[in-house]
Amino acid sequence: MSVADFQAVIGLEVHAQLLTATKIFCGCATAFGAEPNAYTCPVCLGMPGALPVLNEKVVEFAVRTGLALGCEIRETSVWARKNYFYPDLPKGYQISQYDLPICEHGRITIDTPEGEKTIRVRRIHMEEDAGKNVHDAAAGLTRVDLNRAGVPLLEIVSEPDLRTAEEAAEYLKQLRDILVYLGVNDGNLEEGSFRCDANVSVMRRGTSDFGTRTELKNLNSFRFIRQAIDYEIARQVEVIESGGAVVQETRLYDPDRGETRPMRSKEEAHDYRYFPDPDLPPLRLSRAFIEQVRSTLPELPRAKQARFVAELALPAYDARVLTADRALAEYFEACVSVYAGDRKKLANWFMGEVARLMNERGVSVSDVREKIPPAHFAALLGEIDKGAISNNAAKEVFSEMFRTGREPLGIISEKGLAQISDLGAIEQAVDEILAKNADSVASYRAGNQKLLGFFVGQVMKAMKGKGNPQRVNEVLRKKLGGQG
Amino acid sequence: MGELSDLTLLESAKRLAAGEVSSEELVQACLDRIATVDPKVRAFLRVDAEGALAAAKASHQRRRSGIPPLSPLDGVPIALKDIFCEVGKETTAGSKILEGFIAPYDATVVARLKAAGVPLIGRLNLDEFAMGSSTEHSAFFPTRNPWDLTRSPGGSSGGSSAAVAARMVAGALGTDTGGSIRQPAALCNLVGLKPTWGRVSRYGVIAYASSLDQVGPLSRTVADAAALLQIIAGHDPRDSTSANLEVPSFSASLEDGVKGLRLGVPKEYFVDGMDPEVRAAVEAAIDAYRGMGAEIVDVSLPHTRYALAAYYLIAPAEASSNLARYDGVRFGLRSERAHTLGDLYAHTRAEGFGAEVKRRIMLGTWALSAGYYDAYYLKAQKVRTLVRRDFEEAFRQVDALISPTSPVPAFELGAKAEDPLAMYLLDVLTLPCNLAGLPGVSVPCGFTRGGLPIGLQILGRPWDEAGILRIARAFEREHDFSQRAPVLT
Repeated sequence: MSVADFQAVIGLEVHAQLLTATKIFCGCATAFGAEPNAYTCPVCLGMPGALPVLNEKVVEFAVRTGLALGCEIRETSVWARKNYFYPDLPKGYQISQYDLPICEHGRITIDTPEGEKTIRVRRIHMEEDAGKNVHDAAAGLTRVDLNRAGVPLLEIVSEPDLRTAEEAAEYLKQLRDILVYLGVNDGNLEEGSFRCDANVSVMRRGTSDFGTRTELKNLNSFRFIRQAIDYEIARQVEVIESGGAVVQETRLYDPDRGETRPMRSKEEAHDYRYFPDPDLPPLRLSRAFIEQVRSTLPELPRAKQARFVAELALPAYDARVLTADRALAEYFEACVSVYAGDRKKLANWFMGEVARLMNERGVSVSDVREKIPPAHFAALLGEIDKGAISNNAAKEVFSEMFRTGREPLGIISEKGLAQISDLGAIEQAVDEILAKNADSVASYRAGNQKLLGFFVGQVMKAMKGKGNPQRVNEVLRKKLGGQG
Repeated sequence: MGELSDLTLLESAKRLAAGEVSSEELVQACLDRIATVDPKVRAFLRVDAEGALAAAKASHQRRRSGIPPLSPLDGVPIALKDIFCEVGKETTAGSKILEGFIAPYDATVVARLKAAGVPLIGRLNLDEFAMGSSTEHSAFFPTRNPWDLTRSPGGSSGGSSAAVAARMVAGALGTDTGGSIRQPAALCNLVGLKPTWGRVSRYGVIAYASSLDQVGPLSRTVADAAALLQIIAGHDPRDSTSANLEVPSFSASLEDGVKGLRLGVPKEYFVDGMDPEVRAAVEAAIDAYRGMGAEIVDVSLPHTRYALAAYYLIAPAEASSNLARYDGVRFGLRSERAHTLGDLYAHTRAEGFGAEVKRRIMLGTWALSAGYYDAYYLKAQKVRTLVRRDFEEAFRQVDALISPTSPVPAFELGAKAEDPLAMYLLDVLTLPCNLAGLPGVSVPCGFTRGGLPIGLQILGRPWDEAGILRIARAFEREHDFSQRAPVLT
């Protein structure tokens, strides 16, 4: 028996920080990078007597997410207290949702080697984040920073429908793209604003009873998620094959060693004593509110991707790259609407030059779009299509457009980057050179064809480097005769 | 009785308006009276002479400059149960765990009192975290009943009832989770009002049981209670459970009498073990209402017998969670003996909480635990629904319900302190009202032969504080119980 004889069963729990300006139950800012405890008030400090007041934007974001994932939106959902002690949890309980979450029964479609697969989303609920304990070993102290306490989170829980680490990573990518598209989350795994825990179990192929699961934590990159799950599958199979039993526990992934280790033992298992929060009335949503949120939903990445393939005739790969980021996709579409040329060529420019600008200069799509509006972009490509400028010169112009925000034609003429494609002008220059170099012409015609390069050089020199090189070649070959 | 400290809130306000007295003189009279009698009564945890005199001075200057009063009680001092946060002031909730805690913000009711120009003269004793019915569970000292210094003034707002009864101040705010305003009012010959849950903001009020806690006034007269409620009532965007309803005038219909009103007498509220003098006084009050033209109707609230058990699951459950924040990390007591995180929690809470608070935290933790939640917390919530329906049913037939407030008059200090069940039974007539979120008021209705006050409880429909105050006032007008003062020399 081996890993191949087992089937893994994986479910994911994602915690996504919502991009609201203020916290979920008070008016404090959610911004990062401030001095510890700068963004706190009696409410998020859990001061005696302080009470929570719900930030309505959080509800809007939760409903938007639920609708995008095809969930049922509960018209009455209930806030619950999750009770446990920890220094970064000021009230001694976290306000969350328990048996009546705001969204249930959604789905996310992923691509697998066997084709599309639908992964069910069990539930989405809103809750507040905890603060952060900062251990200062030198001082022998643990300091508590509560800037993050009360930042709104969505917890998005999948059904155990995933079967491989690859599927899990694909699900997370799709989910992240959707959340970023919706403008509710920044999708940053490394900084922890999009966090994932994985529940993993294995069962022998051909059976249908799920094995005992473990919960994996500290999965803060797509690579770690795949590695941790694969490690855990192999570990569980080994435990079972050696006659042991998998223990239900929480395990921490150690990226340095590439392994998972038990984090909490069963003895310390929490009883969170959930109960409805008496400080917050049940959340009631009107149908009208839900429909209003639905009317503001953007086209989602997979739909856009399919449309790019179907309507713009782009390869599937290009469509996925261009739709992975909503701003990029919208910029691309704005360019398509004003550019009459080849869409694939435009796509190449996006995947090449736009991506290069963003990488090299560390700028965003909107920075590029602000400097190079779609009309300017289309004008530049139009010049290439006309042969008025070479592809290489166009790249130089593109950089200059980004630097200055100017339209391309002025830059082309100012820098003298326009090329002469006019046949008459080229023929005139060719005739002059051939007339001046009768000996070489004779030598060429006698079979010394290496001289073609010499003639091209002379013509280009005479045209001050602006001749369209392809046309110059064609005219020379024609005029020099059939041997060429 | 010509002393300033004998004046009611509205009498003081009248004299201020007439220019016969200054706010500073009123505050000084309170301070003098406190200095004289509080060493015997021990109602105050802290007296804020400086703060109160400064507020009085400001009020006086406004009046002299012709600025209209900020409220009908501008310049009239009151005192607060030590459970309301006031920025820069110590607030302990009667607990060692909060000793020395300086609140960083104002409770909404405190902010409203300040905005109304009411000088706040100090902090009154209470059972720790408002858990108790005798004020003996204060971590600091017990308070004594001015009518008999060997007896309890009731609780948990016992400092409030004792201070008002002893004429140290004419009005005070308390909180009522299971009777903690009405019962001490009854035991001290006062008017004590628990408004509808949601009528007064709980923001900045140190929580005991959030779904039951409500802030209200204690005073010597019904009109004073109405005037205080008028200042503190109303929607607060900082409390999600405060009702966004227009606040009516609580005094406009005070003198309208009870003629034609239907008053229900719930048979379940005349319990076994009730003191016969209490029963007699309440029955006399019922007769008096009949005489005033009210129709008396016998009603039944059949689930009353389960209310006490339900209350002592729900309130501790919420308390076990509300009190989790007292962990030694950010404020209040932190044990010096702790070397690990687990020890920090265990030692801080072991040293900081008293026995009754620990008892309720353990009860509540148990009631919410996996495997017990359905049998205890959930079942208690179902009982709560039934209790509420009993009231809804009764209010289809009657305009208000009348009953004794407490089954017994003031009891000896120490008589029940060691017997939690006997103490819990003292709330049996007051806590169903909290479970249903209804308004209730206690009004003086007589004395025992031994000279101990007896209270009559009037319960109303949700948001009908004006109605129950009017019914209380009708009785007050026909009787002189409220005018009697304890002798403290």
